[in-house]
Amino acid sequence: MVYEILSGSNSSEYYKLSDHPGMKTASQELGKRYDFLDNEEIKQEILDFSDNGVSRVKFFIPAIHCSSCIWLLENLHRLNEGIMHSTVHFTKKEAVFTFRDSRISLRGLVELLASVNYAPYISLESVDKSSKKKTNRDVYYRLGVAGFCFGNIMLFSFPSYLAIDDTVEQFIRQNFGILNILLGIPVAFYSGSGFFISAYKGLKKRFISIDLPIAIGILALFFRSVYEILSGTGPGFMDSLAGLLFFLLIGKWYQGLTYQALSFERDYRSYFPVAVTLISEKGEESILPLKHLKTGMRILVRNNELIPADAILVKGEGSIDYSFVSGESDPVKKTEGQRIFAGGKQSGPAIELIIEKEVTQSKLTELWNQKPGHEERQNNWESLMDVISRYFTAVVLILALATGVTWWFIDPSRAALVVTAILIVACPCALAMTLPFSFGGAMRVFGRNGFYVKRSSVIEALSRVNTIVLDKTGTLTKSNDFDANLDHLLLPEASFNLLRSLVRHSTHPMSVAVYQALPNAPALPVKGFIEHISKGVEGTVGTHHVKLGSGEFVLGRLPEGTPSGCLFVSIDGSSSGYIILKHKYRDGMRDVLLSMGKKYELHLLSGDNDAELSALLEFFPTAGHMNFNQTPVDKLNYIRKLRSEGRKVMMIGDGLNDAGALYESDCGISIADDVYHFSPSCDAILEARQFWKLSTFLKFSKISRRIVIMSMLFSFFYNIIGLSFAMSGNLTPIVSAILMPLSSVSVITLITVATYLASARTKLNKIYPV
Amino acid sequence: MNVILILVAFSLIVAIVGLGAFFWSVRSGQYDDPYGSSVRILFEDEKPRSAEASPPVQGITENPSNQK
Repeated sequence: MVYEILSGSNSSEYYKLSDHPGMKTASQELGKRYDFLDNEEIKQEILDFSDNGVSRVKFFIPAIHCSSCIWLLENLHRLNEGIMHSTVHFTKKEAVFTFRDSRISLRGLVELLASVNYAPYISLESVDKSSKKKTNRDVYYRLGVAGFCFGNIMLFSFPSYLAIDDTVEQFIRQNFGILNILLGIPVAFYSGSGFFISAYKGLKKRFISIDLPIAIGILALFFRSVYEILSGTGPGFMDSLAGLLFFLLIGKWYQGLTYQALSFERDYRSYFPVAVTLISEKGEESILPLKHLKTGMRILVRNNELIPADAILVKGEGSIDYSFVSGESDPVKKTEGQRIFAGGKQSGPAIELIIEKEVTQSKLTELWNQKPGHEERQNNWESLMDVISRYFTAVVLILALATGVTWWFIDPSRAALVVTAILIVACPCALAMTLPFSFGGAMRVFGRNGFYVKRSSVIEALSRVNTIVLDKTGTLTKSNDFDANLDHLLLPEASFNLLRSLVRHSTHPMSVAVYQALPNAPALPVKGFIEHISKGVEGTVGTHHVKLGSGEFVLGRLPEGTPSGCLFVSIDGSSSGYIILKHKYRDGMRDVLLSMGKKYELHLLSGDNDAELSALLEFFPTAGHMNFNQTPVDKLNYIRKLRSEGRKVMMIGDGLNDAGALYESDCGISIADDVYHFSPSCDAILEARQFWKLSTFLKFSKISRRIVIMSMLFSFFYNIIGLSFAMSGNLTPIVSAILMPLSSVSVITLITVATYLASARTKLNKIYPV
Repeated sequence: MNVILILVAFSLIVAIVGLGAFFWSVRSGQYDDPYGSSVRILFEDEKPRSAEASPPVQGITENPSNQK
């Protein structure tokens, strides 16, 4: 029922648009916006497959968020006959469309999607096929094999635990033993191959990972069992081996559950358009793929389009929004002849530019290239698990050796058996599961609260942070919410209502701020209201013509000596002063900063001037911790300096100007209003409206670390019990078969319960209303 | 006693078929998007539609005409 209504409203909307093309400004803009999809070269790059008049394409659609989205997109063939089939991949927010070229073009498809508000996200990166990842299903196969063998081996091992001694039973025991070996081979060498590979890789880099004792344990289990079964001396430990790998792989699978739809590794290519509008010498417009853009070319940039390369403005009036780059959303005015840097967005009528530098050499991309390669990034601390596993492996090897030597003197025939028993029982299965389950659990608690970490190891990085560096604009302040200051408004109070009635008709955040700041009064009727994009608003209120907006718009010039970010007012053509607008601070900023300030050293890095210094001083230890007028490179170097002093630095920023600093820090958090859209590469993405929970997240990461340590001690306890059996030469298969699953299951239970209690205590278990 | 060996062989074969079915289900992408599948099963289809990535060619014929 609901779906029918939904489809009814959406399809009627669609037909309205197509019956009257150009009637709505939205559809007119659309008409130009996807022009580039008619370009043959771009089309070939975007399409996955095209043959015999049938094409297939995969899009990332950030707007997918609920079951109705799936239904609508998968029933798109009802809206257009050309679409044959569509499939949504919900967790990746992707949709695959198969369509007939003769009925609908690629551009038509994208415009259809945009008209039902599912505009796909097409960027330079999505065109680059090489960067696409394949879904990894490996862990499922390994888990399946391990589970299959685990069940069967347990079945075949069962008779050997019954103390029957009979010649016939002996025959069965032998056969079942052989079956167990056959089943044990795929478990040890297919399901377990990941541990051998990672242990070997670690050894090659002279590094002992937790996988090394596991690999040794697997080998000891396997060969000891093969020996026992073939020699007829015992039933072997195949059931323990299969169970061990089954549990370990569950841990691996749990660790691998990450946020597939979020991208943490963005570079400039994901911000840039696929194509630009080229203007030839004769003034004709044509579409040019971005990679063919050369210096000296003349291009057209329309409203809301991104400037792809450093260029000089040659025609039109630039009003460039650099919010991607700096986080500052107030547009910067540019006039003909001035230089415009790449990364800005034009807001206003179309402008024409002449390209000065190629895309890969512009200022913005240079910023990216300053960063070291991803492999070179090194944390200046060792993870908890690295330290533990190094000592653990050393202790186990020494114990095994010492016990072996001791037994050599007592009873040489049993020495080898005791040594393998130690290696088996010391296999740190429960230990290896503490990290994925506790940090993985914390990761999911954070995810429910709008804080998305790249992988579970980021939680450990968070728990070790002792210094927090904050960006100001866009991080501490909201990007689209203002406080209006009326001190410089030269209007009699009686005229306030003229202005208020005018801005009532505009939904622009600046107008809303002015409306809220003015005293309440009954609204007057407004005639001829016009909103000029990125300039201002005007209209006739009663008998007066009122204008509000930029200096150029209201007065025809920018008066000297007025601060940036003000709105000028004129009534019937006479200037009436100005209103200063300031970005509002985020909700709960005060509490968060004060509580973080108690435990962490706070620093501020702002690209702005120091006008806000006094307002923010109470949160920072000294004025020296607050740095203004910082360039992106300054920010990066500042973090580098802090880290070289041995600090564990967390950086919180939003724009591309923070990208270098985010990357350089131990834990870079990017804050975003829409997590599926633009965010620089980072370790975690925080939803902007959850900013006030930041100190709780930090606290939770510390609790999580304590849970890890607690459960590690718990699993050591099991290891000690097991070792005491092994060293005395009493480790029987049945002891091992009981001890091993018991330790794993109890450690996982302990962690799950502890994580739940911690989330309840920090109130992160409830999902807050938006 | 030999009957046990036959039964064991039989049970192993059944279990291997099960494992094969699991492999097939993973390969066909059934574990890729658990949320999507859980929702899709509740949709009322007028005509059964295959949810696999390989497109059925009868796409046009199943388009209901009541939209226009």
